[in-house]
Amino acid sequence: MPSLESIEISRLWTLASIDRANLRTSWIMVNYVPVLLILILAIGMATVILVLSRFAARNRPTREKLLPYECGVEPVGTSRERQSVRFYLVAMAFLLFDIEAVFLIPWAVVFRGVLESETYRNLKWVFYGEMMVFMVVLFVGLVYVWRKGILEWNR
Amino acid sequence: MTNILVEWVIKTVVILLILVTAVAYLTFLERKVMGWIQLRVGPNRVGPWGLLQPLADGLKMIFKEDIIPSQSNQWLYILAPALSLVPALMTFIVIPYGSEITLFGRTIELHVTRMNVGLLYIFALTSVGVYGIVLAGWSSNNKYSLMGGLRSSAQMISYELALGLSIVSVLLYSGSLDLVEIVNKQSGWLGHTGWNVFRFPLMFVFIIFYIASLAETNRTPFDLPEADSELVAGYHTEYSSMKFVMFQMAEYLNLITSSSIATALFLGGWNGPFVGRLPILGPVYFATKALVLIFTAMWIRYTVPRFRYDQLMRFGWTTMLPVAIINIIITATVIVLFP
Repeated sequence: MPSLESIEISRLWTLASIDRANLRTSWIMVNYVPVLLILILAIGMATVILVLSRFAARNRPTREKLLPYECGVEPVGTSRERQSVRFYLVAMAFLLFDIEAVFLIPWAVVFRGVLESETYRNLKWVFYGEMMVFMVVLFVGLVYVWRKGILEWNR
Repeated sequence: MTNILVEWVIKTVVILLILVTAVAYLTFLERKVMGWIQLRVGPNRVGPWGLLQPLADGLKMIFKEDIIPSQSNQWLYILAPALSLVPALMTFIVIPYGSEITLFGRTIELHVTRMNVGLLYIFALTSVGVYGIVLAGWSSNNKYSLMGGLRSSAQMISYELALGLSIVSVLLYSGSLDLVEIVNKQSGWLGHTGWNVFRFPLMFVFIIFYIASLAETNRTPFDLPEADSELVAGYHTEYSSMKFVMFQMAEYLNLITSSSIATALFLGGWNGPFVGRLPILGPVYFATKALVLIFTAMWIRYTVPRFRYDQLMRFGWTTMLPVAIINIIITATVIVLFP
């Protein structure tokens, strides 16, 4: 009986010579190998560019050159100051509405299938209505955020 | 039985080379278009019609001094351009640019890979791109950069909502996140009648999507992060040499990607007349459609003035977002009533 490791290794070999017909099923994990490939290539490219810019040009730093740019005068104060709370509020509102989008996408993907399937077709109004209730709740939420003035930047 | 791994490596490298060349020539095109719109000639000195200009620019930028400001957070300062370039390069592998062609007796599908969550993969990566900009703004320790980075992040997350919600309507029609499948669903008579943009609610969704993608890529009516009249150059004020080039590359790559997604989702991807009989036309149609969208983005840049920041946020949250939500409701209703 072959050991577990040898099975894994033989699987790797089949991955290298995989049948093209298998790839038409887009849900198998092998299709993510190019993501790894392009990740390696992109990181390599970024590294080459960064190293190149470090060594190709001559480097003559002076104190003035390395100061933060502030239109030519000496920088005033620090830039690590406190920032407007509006940015924070917008980020919170974004999180809420983005979670909504996460809920909507799976629903949208299976919607066609529900309409076309024999078994679930008579449930289509339930399937439709539940999401509409959710959307209305969400819309009310948006109006609330709006009325509370989170989206008004000049107040 | 073919060695698919070799094919993937070749395709990935070819895609990378095409993308880098395309980015170089988009900067050239942008300056040419700017010239024509302002009744000038544009760059025409280097090579015939100025065609070697991108090469000259690249050479010049390599030999520019690479400045790391003394008060900056060094590692993050170096990491930031890479963080915005790498995701921008990675998005393109799931975009299909043709059906399949036969080359040297082998069938080759004209997309690098195909996943059932292709669209989510793209959205995930474009969200990662924000980190590069925020970190660039923060680590430079410069007031302009910091403001540019903050503005950019707030703007991108605001318009990402409208972008994410507008694709829901497309998904309702296609029933899949796989881009190949989405494009296949749009093939109609003569290859153009089935495009999503010709379906009733989706034509409005396309407008929402396009505006939101302009905001996502920081193109002009929404280029507040680098509003040069108030913030010098925004988040890349302190960057010079190839690090600056990396930010520019990322920006143009995002423009290419967003135009390609718009093409695949709404304009039928590679579909067009006679593409069924002559599959080699697929990439041609795809590139043409994407180029038209890219040209439109440039055209808008030199036509429309910049938003004020409060106008921009109000537009995103109180116009784009409600319209996107209402669009989903209308699309779902239409589909349920007329399946």
